[in-house]
Amino acid sequence: MSTLAEAPRDQFQTDANRTATDDVRRLAVRRALSNYQTARNRTGATFTDWKSARSAAATIKHEAVNHLDKYLEEFERKFTARGGKVFWASNSEQARNYILELAAARGVRSIVKSKAMTGEEIHLNPALLAAGYGVVESDLGEYIQQLKGEAPYHFVFPCMHLRRDEISDLFEKELGTAKTDNPEELTMIARRVLRRAYIDADMGISGGNFIVADTGMVSITENEGNARLTVGIPKIHVALIGIEKVVPCLGDLALLLPMLATAGTGQHLTGYNSMYGGPRQPGETDGPEEFHVVLLDNHRTRLLADPEQRDALHCIRCGACLNVCPIFKNIGGHTYGTTYQGPIGSVITPHFRGLQDWKHLSGASSLCGACTETCPVGIDIHHHLLRNRRNAVQEKPAPSESLVWKMFAFLMRRPALYKFASRFAPLGSMLHPLIERTALDPVRAWTDTRDFPSAPLRSFRSQFKAHQAQKAAAISQKGGAK
Amino acid sequence: MNSQNGDREAILGRVREALRVPAPLKHPAERSAGGEPTTAHFREWLPPVGPSLDEKFALFAKLSETLRSELIVCADLAQAAAEISSLSSAESWKTIALHRGGLLDKLAPLLPSGLAQLCVDGGYDKNALEACDAGITECELLVAQTGSVCVTSDNSGGRVLSVLPPHHIVIARQTQLVTDLTEAYESLAAKYRANYPSMISFITGPSRTGDIERILVLGAHGPKRLTILLLP
Repeated sequence: MSTLAEAPRDQFQTDANRTATDDVRRLAVRRALSNYQTARNRTGATFTDWKSARSAAATIKHEAVNHLDKYLEEFERKFTARGGKVFWASNSEQARNYILELAAARGVRSIVKSKAMTGEEIHLNPALLAAGYGVVESDLGEYIQQLKGEAPYHFVFPCMHLRRDEISDLFEKELGTAKTDNPEELTMIARRVLRRAYIDADMGISGGNFIVADTGMVSITENEGNARLTVGIPKIHVALIGIEKVVPCLGDLALLLPMLATAGTGQHLTGYNSMYGGPRQPGETDGPEEFHVVLLDNHRTRLLADPEQRDALHCIRCGACLNVCPIFKNIGGHTYGTTYQGPIGSVITPHFRGLQDWKHLSGASSLCGACTETCPVGIDIHHHLLRNRRNAVQEKPAPSESLVWKMFAFLMRRPALYKFASRFAPLGSMLHPLIERTALDPVRAWTDTRDFPSAPLRSFRSQFKAHQAQKAAAISQKGGAK
Repeated sequence: MNSQNGDREAILGRVREALRVPAPLKHPAERSAGGEPTTAHFREWLPPVGPSLDEKFALFAKLSETLRSELIVCADLAQAAAEISSLSSAESWKTIALHRGGLLDKLAPLLPSGLAQLCVDGGYDKNALEACDAGITECELLVAQTGSVCVTSDNSGGRVLSVLPPHHIVIARQTQLVTDLTEAYESLAAKYRANYPSMISFITGPSRTGDIERILVLGAHGPKRLTILLLP
């Protein structure tokens, strides 16, 4: 990965150039995704009517997102009534400070985390480590990425780009374990190491897949059981969740959980789907004494304020749009330089982090629409990419580009002038090689990676004219032969 | 930050401001017209189950196999105890963990006398629970459509018993088998009203991961084996 100091656009271009030609990495990604695709097709086919299910899921999320204030307040009321604590954070700093202050006040020493992309979003781990807390990621993929010192490659499959021998080498280096090429043995190494982390931690931190308004619950979806342990064992729990995750009723999960599983991993249902309504209740055996939910805005309200793209907040983070995206397959997850990669990341990141700095992501699309097609909540992803491009130009017009288009339009509306000007194209073609790929080349962005087509000596119009004349001559000849 | 709640008022203010302009509903749910809640229709679109108990059981059994859960149909509690006893000798268990409950209170005395029992009710030492070879729990429901076992903190020995020991054994009755998640949620709502347990968890197969090359490995953090003993 490139340095942080680099502008996002330059980092993207550099990394895209490098990863697009990294055959080893691309092979690993392709293999992982083909296993995914097989499973998803098989499970998707068992639905009686996937399309209607998708419309219903979209309707539920539309209702929730368009009455966000009402449902968030309802959740807060219900969750607090059961002894939970809700904290509202406008931005990353407020969320980090709340967690840091809580940890300090309770004398926490070690923290175990289950997968939370919001944690990545607010850079929680570096802040906790800097304050002297031990922090261990417990999801296997996240743990591997933490050992490697890398951000997750994909927000559902964090280490999908790594081969088993690379993971074995990493474990050997960091944990001193023997080499193995068996995924099960590698998993068991992590299991052994992480068991202690749950038992010893004073605080557990998780994300959340859904916030349920009518029962005041946080729903967490996972396969490994690490979240169950993270929310079950330590004395204090903090769930860090984006405000858009709310759904009106517990019963809505009867649809959303199977759809999340099918679209995300091709399972009927993910291994553990757990709904938590506060800390340990009177008479219960175990569970944390304190349960805090940090509701994170961090510019989600900026996206909410755009009715055209508001449905991007319907996203349930299944990752399906990444898995089918030709761009993701070619450039990989890290190239995006964002917490949320792939098509949905390219839609929302400009809203979260600034359109001008991140508009290039919306350009990195073939607009094939595979993302929109696969999305289980029907977000209009590829059209939102076009809308981002349009908004970027409207917000900050590019004078040189609009001048070129104006000249083009001027020329196209005047056939005589167009005909006259096109005579010079072959001359341009002859002279172009002299400046090709130099600073003077006006089409360098193109010629850097492609050949520029040369103009033919005869224009289409003159060729067409000649062709018509030939045809007329042939017909009249035939007629003459009769 | 202006209060204990953080930026509550500011965030809600921004939300309300943003929502002043409505957003179109692009995918209206086809059958949500007529004022009925959408929930009622989920069943029409999700994988079909079949109305009879036999069909529900057949699907649950088939999914259990795919999920690598072990489903054992038992004639009575004595057979269930015998199954546990044979698992115990096959895996050389020393200690099992369990909780108090209608079924387990009757089962516990039938278990092998050489097998130590740790009862989690009223609190337990987490290191001792971690050292147990298996955890035995009751459950709320079994879900045919997904092959899931629904446990709660109220009736399955709290939050941790069903996930910390390496082998989870569930003891259930056939009457606990429901069609799908919709029926499961309805049934939980009817039982608990507004006073839900602090954890509801749908367990679908033993703990698993595909994080290494998307290859399935069981027992990532939770149980490597899930055995369901089904009584009439």
